[in-house]
Amino acid sequence: MLGFNAIVFIALAYVVMLFAVAFYADRKARRTGGAWLRGPWIYTLSLSVYCTAWTFYGAVGNAARSGLEYLTIYLGPTLVFLGWWWILRKLVRIGRAERITSIADLVSSRYGKSSAVAVLVTILAVVGSTPYISLQLQSVTLSFVVFSGSTDQGQISELLVNDRANVNRIAFWVSVGLAIFTILFGTRNLDTNERHYGVVTAIAVEAVVKLVALIAVGAFVVWGVSGGIPQTLDIIANSPVGEWRPEPSRWIGLTFLSAVAIICLPRMFQVMVVEQSDESHLATASWAFPLYLMAISLFVLPIAAIGLAILPDGANPDLFVLTLPLEMERDWLATLAFLGGFSSATSMVIVAAIALSTMVSNHIVIPLWLASRAGGATVSGDVRSVVLMSRRVSIAAIVALGYIYYRLTDGSTALSAIGLVSFAGVAQVMPALMAALFWRGATRRGAIAGLVTGFAVWAYTLLLPAVGAFSAEMLTFGPAGLEILRPQALFGFTGMDSLVHAIFWSIGLNTLAFLVVSLVTFPSPLERLQGASFVNVFERSGGARGWSGGVAATEDLLVMTQRLLGAKEAQNMFHKAAVEQGKTSGLPDPTPDFVNVLERELAGSVGAATAHAMIGQINGQASVSVQDLLAVADESAQMLEYSSQLEEKSRELEQTARQLRDANEKLTALSVQKDAFLSQISHELRTPMTSIRSFSEFLQEGDMPEKERARYSQIIHNESIRLTRLLDDLLDLTVLENGQVELHIGPATLRELIDRAVAATGAEHLAIDRDPAGEEVVFNTDSDRMTQVFINLISNAAKYCDAEKPRLKIAVQASDHMIEIDFIDNGSGVPKDKESIIFEKFARASDQSAAGSAGLGLAISREILARLGGEIRYIGGRDGAAFRVSIYLEQDSLAAE
Amino acid sequence: MKSPGRPVFLERDLYRRRRVIDAAKLLPILGLALFLLPVLTMDLGQPAHVSTSGRLIYFFSVWFFLIAIAFVLSRWLRPEVTARAPETEPRGEAKGPAAPES
Repeated sequence: MLGFNAIVFIALAYVVMLFAVAFYADRKARRTGGAWLRGPWIYTLSLSVYCTAWTFYGAVGNAARSGLEYLTIYLGPTLVFLGWWWILRKLVRIGRAERITSIADLVSSRYGKSSAVAVLVTILAVVGSTPYISLQLQSVTLSFVVFSGSTDQGQISELLVNDRANVNRIAFWVSVGLAIFTILFGTRNLDTNERHYGVVTAIAVEAVVKLVALIAVGAFVVWGVSGGIPQTLDIIANSPVGEWRPEPSRWIGLTFLSAVAIICLPRMFQVMVVEQSDESHLATASWAFPLYLMAISLFVLPIAAIGLAILPDGANPDLFVLTLPLEMERDWLATLAFLGGFSSATSMVIVAAIALSTMVSNHIVIPLWLASRAGGATVSGDVRSVVLMSRRVSIAAIVALGYIYYRLTDGSTALSAIGLVSFAGVAQVMPALMAALFWRGATRRGAIAGLVTGFAVWAYTLLLPAVGAFSAEMLTFGPAGLEILRPQALFGFTGMDSLVHAIFWSIGLNTLAFLVVSLVTFPSPLERLQGASFVNVFERSGGARGWSGGVAATEDLLVMTQRLLGAKEAQNMFHKAAVEQGKTSGLPDPTPDFVNVLERELAGSVGAATAHAMIGQINGQASVSVQDLLAVADESAQMLEYSSQLEEKSRELEQTARQLRDANEKLTALSVQKDAFLSQISHELRTPMTSIRSFSEFLQEGDMPEKERARYSQIIHNESIRLTRLLDDLLDLTVLENGQVELHIGPATLRELIDRAVAATGAEHLAIDRDPAGEEVVFNTDSDRMTQVFINLISNAAKYCDAEKPRLKIAVQASDHMIEIDFIDNGSGVPKDKESIIFEKFARASDQSAAGSAGLGLAISREILARLGGEIRYIGGRDGAAFRVSIYLEQDSLAAE
Repeated sequence: MKSPGRPVFLERDLYRRRRVIDAAKLLPILGLALFLLPVLTMDLGQPAHVSTSGRLIYFFSVWFFLIAIAFVLSRWLRPEVTARAPETEPRGEAKGPAAPES
């Protein structure tokens, strides 16, 4: 058989091969984007990190002890994956949308980016995973030991007892090797996506190796040893586990526990959510991963049954996979089995160490480090290297913890028992996690209460008894004789399987505390914001939440980002943001959107809570400490909510102000008009009044020739007439404008109206061209008012036509609907810039006020025509002044006759 | 339900997709029932000699059956498949109706 040295050599060669795979995949991913590395198959295979040495060796051991019960560990995950549409899809979407780096990050993100929650989950995960890591070390060590002696079981046991130092040395070197491998590939780069293509590809290769190895051993056992399927079934039926006698409570409890574990285990979360690159992979994994689980558990019971039948009594069933081929002297198969077990163990340790180190580093080490630097992120050194270093140290520490646990328990406990203790521990995250996905009412305090309760009950009822921390007396009679608090029969409920008991009480009390505290406490604004964005992740279109607190200096942000992401990546990001903001060069403005995006990017490297605190700091917070982290998060959240309210309010105010401003402008304009009107009136009235006063004064002096007196009284008379006319006009206009005018509608002939107007004007010097035929139109109108309009137009022409021989042309165009009368003179017309104002009151195109008009004529005409159903326009572009009077002929006006 | 082939109307496609999602949501419940069935129906008072071999076959048959359904459903549900769906003619005149079932 192969010696110990040979197997060590094979193991080393295998590790070198994995290195090569990981290295190649990393390089490929960097160069070409690694399309196939992100395919659904690598993803599904990487999920098999669920199947650890516990599966590879422990499942057979479990089957040898309790028959089919081992299946529950795979049925739970199968159900979860079959129901991916319920939970996993949402989990993965949230993981992407929020740039989640670990399960602690996800839970803390949901509960207001709370550092307290993050730290709790991290501690829980580390404590829960340590026994599991030690389990892997134990199984690898055992498998080495198997090769170091003969197949003789007695000798192996002897070796384990007598040569403890050598065995421990093996365990130690295995730990060191695993730590180095993990550090090399898990912390090579600090990617914002937190993806490790190299590691994941290596894990996928290991997944294939362990599946092939187990199936090869199984096939060998079924067809090579027992001689076929029927014979194997016979052997099973006659084995000690041949009769189906499950404990229903354990069966249900374990199925539940494994279903919870596949979601909550830090390493599963790492491969399932963090390393995942495309949601559609889940669709493939939904059947492919259950298929993998089925394949890997297919031969477990046959191997156990045949091992029990063939191998000598007292042989460790946890090692049947290895010892059966050795017993049958199939060295190559034993070696393959060894590699399968080795793969299972190493892949678990590597992924778990990466996942845990991310949590420890992001949620414990970095906040502490930040707190220890008074100046904080802006003035400190290179955060990037600190983050990497802290991860490396964390990995080493986590593997070391596993080794210490192994040494403490002396590798004595049965493999499957340790695994279940771990499962129950990490399952405590379940209530808070499920509520994060589905319940907006969950609060941070509730999550903390649930986690603490669950953790305490789990430790008391399961972990501490498992590591032998309690005396037999304590287990039987309870602490200080308090039977009600017996660790394995809480509150006097005896008769439950100790594991089921622990699951029931820890998860039950955890959930109860979580729900009750959530119901009675009130969430902070940030919690509510996050709760909504988690629960409604599928409805979300874009990050609508805004960072509108103080203005962060972009340069400071850039400096900080460079330290975290590296100079090139940070600059690229900022440049892209600047381009998006429409800038061709320079830095982007620290808009809420940009800061928000930046925070998410940074959250990918250092976790949500830390990123939030760091940006908050640059945003105006003076310094940050672990204690401050919460406060910072809460304050920013409140600021966020208040400022959005303020924004809303100020927007409303602005709108109101704008409306007020508009109204004011209108009023001002009106008042200006009114002022102008009044001053015009007073001016118009003052002029005749002044002449009347001065000439009457002359008259009072007396002693003047009769001729002069007659002239002066004539002037006074004329001015009085002008004054009266002005007042009449004003009155007329007011009446017209207010619509109080009384119209006397009756049939009239246009010719008569114009005749009357011409006669009334009495402008002898103005030659008038008429259109006798066109004027023979009869229509309904108020003859007096219409004549007034014509008088206005004709007298205007008489007054303002500046031609040498003034001439006015009156042209008529009549149709069924309207009559158009044009008054066109041969003067210079109205200057272009005055065209628009000539219809206004007191408007005059020229300063020929001497003509004795106050400038109300056209305004009155316009009002009259408006009352009579017509309009008057000035027609530009003619030689002289041209006015067009349009009269609309309506059926109504005829009917009114 | 005769032909799961190419849909004639887009509306029908969407409708089918909804029902497929329903099926995917119900599948784990079916699985749970089937996996717990042998345990829940056990008569605790009188251990009736049920062989582990028989149960082994039962569990793996159910398991395989569920995986097969999940496989079919996943082909319908894969988001990229549904994203590409509108590209095909909504009214299948150009491409003709689905090929006859063989």
